[in-house]
Amino acid sequence: MLKLDGVTVRFGQRAALDAVDLEVADHETVCVLGPSGSGKSTLLRVVAGLQPLDSGRVLLGGADQSGVPVHKRGLGLMFQDHQLFPQRDVAGNVAFGLRMRGASRGEQASRVGELLDLVGLPGAGRRAVAALSGGEQQRVALARALAPSPRLLMLDEPLGQLDRTLRERLVVELRSLFGRLGTTVLAVTHDQGEAFALADRVVVMRDGRIAQTGTPLEVWQHPASEFVARFLGFENVVPATVSGEVADTAWGKVPVPAGSPQGPVRVLVRPAGVRLVGEREGLPCEVVGRTFRGSHVALRLRPGGGPLLEAECGLEGAPGVGAPVGVAFGVGGVVVLGEE
Amino acid sequence: MRLGLMALPAVFFAVFFAWPVAAIVGRGLKADGAWQFGRIGEVLGDPDIGHVLWFTTWQALASTALTLLIALPGAYVFARLEFPGKQLLRAVVTVPFVLPTVVVGTAFLALLGRGGLLDQLWGVRLDTTVWAILLAHVFFNYAVVVRTVGGLWSQLDPRQEEAARVLGASRFAAWRTVTLPALGPAVAAAALMVFLFTFTSFGVVQILGGPTFSTLEVEIYRQTAELLDLPTAAVLTMVQFVAVGAILAVHARTVRRRETALKLVDPAQTARRPRGAGQWMLLASVLAVVALLILLPVGVLIERSLDTPDGYGLGYYRALQAAGDNGSFLVPPIEAIWNSLQYALAATVIALVIGGLAAAALTRRGSGRLIRGFDALLMLPLGVSAVTVGFGFLITLDEPPLDLRTSWILVPLAQALVGTPFVVRIMLPVLRAVDGRLREAAAVLGASPLRAWREVDLPLVRRALLVAAGFAFAVSLGEFGATVFIARPDRPTLPVAVARLLGRAGDLNYGQAMALSTILMVVCAVALLVLERIRTDRSGEF
Repeated sequence: MLKLDGVTVRFGQRAALDAVDLEVADHETVCVLGPSGSGKSTLLRVVAGLQPLDSGRVLLGGADQSGVPVHKRGLGLMFQDHQLFPQRDVAGNVAFGLRMRGASRGEQASRVGELLDLVGLPGAGRRAVAALSGGEQQRVALARALAPSPRLLMLDEPLGQLDRTLRERLVVELRSLFGRLGTTVLAVTHDQGEAFALADRVVVMRDGRIAQTGTPLEVWQHPASEFVARFLGFENVVPATVSGEVADTAWGKVPVPAGSPQGPVRVLVRPAGVRLVGEREGLPCEVVGRTFRGSHVALRLRPGGGPLLEAECGLEGAPGVGAPVGVAFGVGGVVVLGEE
Repeated sequence: MRLGLMALPAVFFAVFFAWPVAAIVGRGLKADGAWQFGRIGEVLGDPDIGHVLWFTTWQALASTALTLLIALPGAYVFARLEFPGKQLLRAVVTVPFVLPTVVVGTAFLALLGRGGLLDQLWGVRLDTTVWAILLAHVFFNYAVVVRTVGGLWSQLDPRQEEAARVLGASRFAAWRTVTLPALGPAVAAAALMVFLFTFTSFGVVQILGGPTFSTLEVEIYRQTAELLDLPTAAVLTMVQFVAVGAILAVHARTVRRRETALKLVDPAQTARRPRGAGQWMLLASVLAVVALLILLPVGVLIERSLDTPDGYGLGYYRALQAAGDNGSFLVPPIEAIWNSLQYALAATVIALVIGGLAAAALTRRGSGRLIRGFDALLMLPLGVSAVTVGFGFLITLDEPPLDLRTSWILVPLAQALVGTPFVVRIMLPVLRAVDGRLREAAAVLGASPLRAWREVDLPLVRRALLVAAGFAFAVSLGEFGATVFIARPDRPTLPVAVARLLGRAGDLNYGQAMALSTILMVVCAVALLVLERIRTDRSGEF
């Protein structure tokens, strides 16, 4: 459906997108994940035709889009803050795209009704958009984008401004909705939870380049680099020298999976891979922080040398701040990271 | 509390505005102790007066339409395009608005009038046609549209249009369906302001209209000062009062509509470099218009002030230092500069106090009908005949308990009346924007209400206060209609001196008028350019 081919956009000296290649297949939901400033919003604007390219090509359904103006591309875009038209009511917003395509009044009315039902706002057509709650606005924006049946739907931080519970509910709704409609979706977000819940495939971006592509599970289990690992929230990353199945780090010897690349690398130890053992066994540490996380307790540990360590432990018998503990590493929680 | 804040402005307007105007109208319509309402019908039935009314209305409509036509592309360019020198150019196009109408008239006379630039080059004279008046009105009001409409335009989120584009709207359709409706109220508000200013135009028409063209305000002046026909002047004043009241009522409605629902963004993020031939063409044509319509008249004015019979030089400026030998001046015209500066300074202080108090009173929440009425009332001096106010001053403030006839304060009081609406208009949005929770935060941290005001409000409104002061100063400096009546012959202000010089024949007087106008323009322009540096908030109306 969508293919980006060496897309580059520069703002002055800085490359917002640097030779990006990306493909989105029919009926696939792809989520671009990255911190702010990584170029992910620019990516959507390029596809929509709102941002001219410095080089590269955008193809939709195999056709090069250079020279095709925004309104002829047949896409849907849900803006970060929705950008509902304040002068129009809900129905006027949802019908806008249909009106631009010259649909008759009857068609417009029935399609608007259909979509408002679909997004769970039946009968809201006459309401003013200013009177809607955040979640309702989000639904109207979705209905507006979907109304003209776009061949590709793009979402820019679709749930960014909503509160947590609403967000978690809507992600599930969106996922099932897109599955039902067979919509092709390209979304961007900085929220990994959102990306992993929504996407068939996740693309992690950094400074205008793609840092990693894969299914949510692949990316989560095998972050490709220190950047991806840290962006996903993992703190336990150290320089290491691998020889055989052991890595030599500031935390001492850490076991690594068989077949790992040899030599100087960086190693990630997931918190779940940090096991607390007796005070005299393993790496001696002091507990410096202790956070209750519902199903477990997150600990921050200060080893004799090297950076702080994050560990998880059960609710029962979690050591208090100041307590001395010993730490051992389980090979299942260790990932050898690739080059930056 | 609110009543307390409002008391001083209310008394001020009652004594120095309502009373003089009412007194003039009363004197005109009362004979032998009885009201003569029959006069109204008589005056309005007079074909000459009918002609004036007709001309006043259609020239105002034509001026407004022409201003919108020429200035709306400018509003777009200043709002959405980024180009070098934009800040400076924005200040430059605003200069005409604070220029005294007398200077504007003089500049266009130098461009289009007898012996003017076009006359010399091609033998074209427009001062006998209505075009001179219309073009001068566009010159004067260009900034009103660019600021009011452009100010809002630059804060409209460009992504609104992009959202429409992605949904299939062409560039023009997106503008028409999304941007235009959002701008509509601002365009209406600007158009009404332009209509108001041109409907009550005095100095420009007085100078460029000749005997043929006369607006209501000019006619009021003629009837009052030249024909001494007070009844006719009184009726015309009332007609203008009703018309202005109606315009202001509509304006208040559109302004209220504008305050709804739009989500505004930081203007710094909406402008970008021109892209594509269309945008470059637009930029070029706007720059050309600014050059021809704004820079050229100003340039010609300066050129004429230097163009003495002995070649270019400062002869006319030197002549200003001598008392006129033809009896037109009791004092050297140059003294008008110091008179003007002193008067304008005093007027600015008065306008800031009165306008500041009024704005503070209007800011308090829970404002009902009464407050809104007061809001509109404060705008009235902008439109009510300045000539009437000036003449009213003369006949009401001349006996105890308020005998100000010989006092210098009379002139600043009249000028402050015109300056106050600007102060209120500029201060009000800023004062309203101060978040009450900041004050609460200060109070919780231990600040008394007065201390909280000083620590929280004052720093936030200081800029606005400076901008308001600058506008009040410039407007006071240029005030002509009222001042021409009440300035003492030995203490003329700059605009009064210019008008007197223009009223005399001879190259020397003409040249001196140009020189004095140039000085007045420079003072106003400097005041404004200083302001442009301070000013950051562009959401206000002026």
